[in-house]
Amino acid sequence: MKDVTLSLAEVVGEKYVSSQPEEAYFYARDPGLMPAHKPDYVVLPKTVEEIQRIVRLANKEKIPIVPMGAGMSLSGLVIPLKGGIVIDMKRMNKIIEVNEKARYVIVEGGTSHGLLKAYLEKRYPRLRHSIPDSPATATIAANVMIHGQGRLSQQYGFNSDMVAGLEIVLPSGDICKIGSCSLSPEWFSKGAPLPDLSGLFLGWFGATGIISKVALKLYPKKRMRDVEIFVTDREDLVPDIIYELTHTEMVEDINIFAQPLPMIFKDNHHIVICVTGDTDEELEFKKKMIFDALDRFIKSKDGGFMSVAPAMKETFLEMPQKSASTFADVTKGGGFEYSGPIIVVERYPECARKLEELATRYALKYNVTARVIGRGHSMMFAFSFTFNRADRDMMDRTKEALHEASEYALASGGVFWKPTIDEQRMAIERMDPNTRNLIKMIKKDLDPNGIMNPGNWEVNVDEI
Amino acid sequence: MKYEEIVHRCFRCGYCKLTGDYADFNCPSYRKFRFETYAPGGRMWLIRAWLNDEIQNSERFQEILFSCATCANCVEQCVFTFSDDLVNIFIAAREEMVNRGVIPPVVRDYLKNIYSNGNPYKEPAGERGKWSEGTPIEAYDGQEYLFYVGCVGSYDERGKKIARAVGNLLTKAGVSLGILGSREGCDGNEVRALGEAGLFQFLAEQNIALFKELGVKKIITLDPHAFNAFKKDYPGLGGEFEICHYTQMLASLIQSQKLPLTEYKARVTYHDPCYLGRHNGEYEAPRKVLGSIPGVELIEMDQSRQNAFCCGGGGGNFFTDILGGGEDSPSRVRVRQALDTGAQVIAVACPQCAKMLDDAIKAEELEDTLEVLDVAEIVTRALS
Ligand SMILES: Cc1cc2nc3c(=O)[nH]c(=O)nc-3n(C[C@H](O)[C@H](O)[C@H](O)COP(=O)(O)OP(=O)(O)OC[C@H]3O[C@@H](n4cnc5c(N)ncnc54)[C@H](O)[C@@H]3O)c2cc1C
Ligand code: SF4
Ligand code: SF4
Repeated sequence: MKDVTLSLAEVVGEKYVSSQPEEAYFYARDPGLMPAHKPDYVVLPKTVEEIQRIVRLANKEKIPIVPMGAGMSLSGLVIPLKGGIVIDMKRMNKIIEVNEKARYVIVEGGTSHGLLKAYLEKRYPRLRHSIPDSPATATIAANVMIHGQGRLSQQYGFNSDMVAGLEIVLPSGDICKIGSCSLSPEWFSKGAPLPDLSGLFLGWFGATGIISKVALKLYPKKRMRDVEIFVTDREDLVPDIIYELTHTEMVEDINIFAQPLPMIFKDNHHIVICVTGDTDEELEFKKKMIFDALDRFIKSKDGGFMSVAPAMKETFLEMPQKSASTFADVTKGGGFEYSGPIIVVERYPECARKLEELATRYALKYNVTARVIGRGHSMMFAFSFTFNRADRDMMDRTKEALHEASEYALASGGVFWKPTIDEQRMAIERMDPNTRNLIKMIKKDLDPNGIMNPGNWEVNVDEI
Repeated sequence: MKYEEIVHRCFRCGYCKLTGDYADFNCPSYRKFRFETYAPGGRMWLIRAWLNDEIQNSERFQEILFSCATCANCVEQCVFTFSDDLVNIFIAAREEMVNRGVIPPVVRDYLKNIYSNGNPYKEPAGERGKWSEGTPIEAYDGQEYLFYVGCVGSYDERGKKIARAVGNLLTKAGVSLGILGSREGCDGNEVRALGEAGLFQFLAEQNIALFKELGVKKIITLDPHAFNAFKKDYPGLGGEFEICHYTQMLASLIQSQKLPLTEYKARVTYHDPCYLGRHNGEYEAPRKVLGSIPGVELIEMDQSRQNAFCCGGGGGNFFTDILGGGEDSPSRVRVRQALDTGAQVIAVACPQCAKMLDDAIKAEELEDTLEVLDVAEIVTRALS
């Protein structure tokens, strides 16, 4: 066999392949708590043809491949558990096409949310996409790969529900188009009216293919946005409040946060409600509907609207919300991780109590964040802990607390979102056996050599 | 190492490598090399790994550390409270490398040349003031201002032209100034940025002593790098002077009509030097100068002011060229950004930027389309 570094260099150019200790160190880890594991090579392709050639080489030599966006999932999904090649996708960041009237955009597989936001603001100010609160470097393809949620998820579901087409490099190295684009030049649907094959790829963490292009649905961008915060100290009422709010059909995004510090936040659950409008009248009307919907909680003195200072408003309206990242420095430590199961909204109160209990028991700083998905069909509930990277003991405690949170979430009907390898194992073990078998069949057929992000969605748990 | 207690706080989120509006990558070394290791977050994680003996010093580690242009985009964009110290941390790591004697040969050579010759060009000190021959610029002898030119303005062909343009303009406007010529010493800004803190202190103390001995109170600098050192670092070493960059001086001279301007017709885009802009917050003076020239149409690049993309010359890279070369070299990227505006002229306010961008224009084969002119050269063309 020819030297792999040389072969990779023939594909991407010498400058864009590394097997040096510096890259091996960095790409072995992410900002979360999963143990590091070094890649043998890191490559930075520029074209889909280059990806194809890398995958073919890996397939022939049975070398693992891990696609990577910004590595911000925090759950170790880009750590090359079995070594091999990390493909850093970020040189492939072109915005290929915007279809304004059909409201979709096609981007390359390494394009970041930040870049698309800036592009639309400049060229298509009446269009927007669902931006998650991950750092602006987070890539769109990876975000839909992990079923992310963003600013429009309350209205339209997971960000992966907003995919309008995919181009995938299969583990064989062949390119496959998914959705309307498989037979039409237009990328308006990922499935319907065809069989929806996007499910063979979305949610698989790159274990069935690499997204080289993704089309994303765009949505009307109203001229104005505003935020209100409804506060209650009765967590049991949060599901009802959300039910009333989502009934109005007037809300862009609903997030909930609760944290013990600063003191004024303690014991309160803050329901952050974003509204949009093209005119003052539209905005005011929506706000009035929202006020009316929550009137009974105000009358019973169980909650009220908090006055939000302009600086605070700015923080909440910002997209992405940078303060979500700075949580990592609460312990002056550079790290946080959350177990973020998708739960039904009724589970919010018990999860919030559990998180507080875990934080007390493990002496950790915590933060409840939750985002409503699809008019209350579900929510992402984050058991978030911040830790100090220079404090081993704190990191161990955080790991344990997260493990307990995951077990708790699963036991109470939650389903892991962007699960770590440990959570995947727990999920596979508990899953309906026929579903598990189907996963196994799909994986075996698509990736017979098991080269794609191995360890992930491995049904034979011993292989994880 | 200084700042050792905070390097672990980087979350590697990557805000620092973008512009403020997220439109593009704005860390010049990341933009060129594209491995995360060459981004600010990568540097932070590798510095920590090196201090913890998890990685060893290597040629690549040195390249990663010394390809930082100290442009301060990361300082501007990092969302964490320690952001102000990012460049300081990178410099502290270089300092540690200098102390341990593990630096790239080009850096060692640069530092040696400064140490033994007082300039990186290995030129005799006696040649330092030669650029001013044939101009009315006088030697410093108690005038109101000292015009401090620096190594690039004194020895580099491109730099000398700019020094002459600035000197001539200031003299023409009646500013009372003088230069040190062969008595001038290197300001040390790049020495400090390359991690030789001891040599920097030596240079700074020498300069301060001389300035004091000559009774210097006010200094006009040609180079934003010197401007930075004099303003930020010299006071801590006992050197308190009134410092201004020549564009600030020109702005006030034009305003007070000491430099009567006619017309210079051109579409001009202005490139902010990092040490004038992000490091010292001066974005307006050069724009004021350009804006007051009849016929100049000022068109901003997408990445300007706080979001300006570095030419790649900062942090010593002008001399070491660790970051230079190739299609993705910062100066070539910057020239293409300038080209996108439709401008004919890239205006600069730093001799290092001028040289970097000049070379990039040649590499891009754009000599017939774009020209690099210093703000002072443009003013000169518009003089009545
Ligand atoms: C502060 C903070 C806030 C966050 N808030 C949110 C939020 O509000 N909403 C949300 O959804 N997420 C959030 N996240 C989680 C995560 O950062 C995002 O979902 C992000 O979009 C992931 O993108 P990435 O490029 O970093 O993915 P990576 O971590 O690089 O990759 C994720 C997975 O996708 C795979 N992958 C990457 N690229 C490809 C490709 N082209 N083809 C196939 N597989 C690929 C990887 O192998 C990996 O399995 C947050 C994270 C942080 C740190
Ligand atoms: S330097 Fe700041 S912005 Fe950059 S990765 Fe580190 S924490 Fe994030
Ligand atoms: S100072 Fe500039 S070159 Fe250096 S890490 Fe920061 S952004 Fe990159």
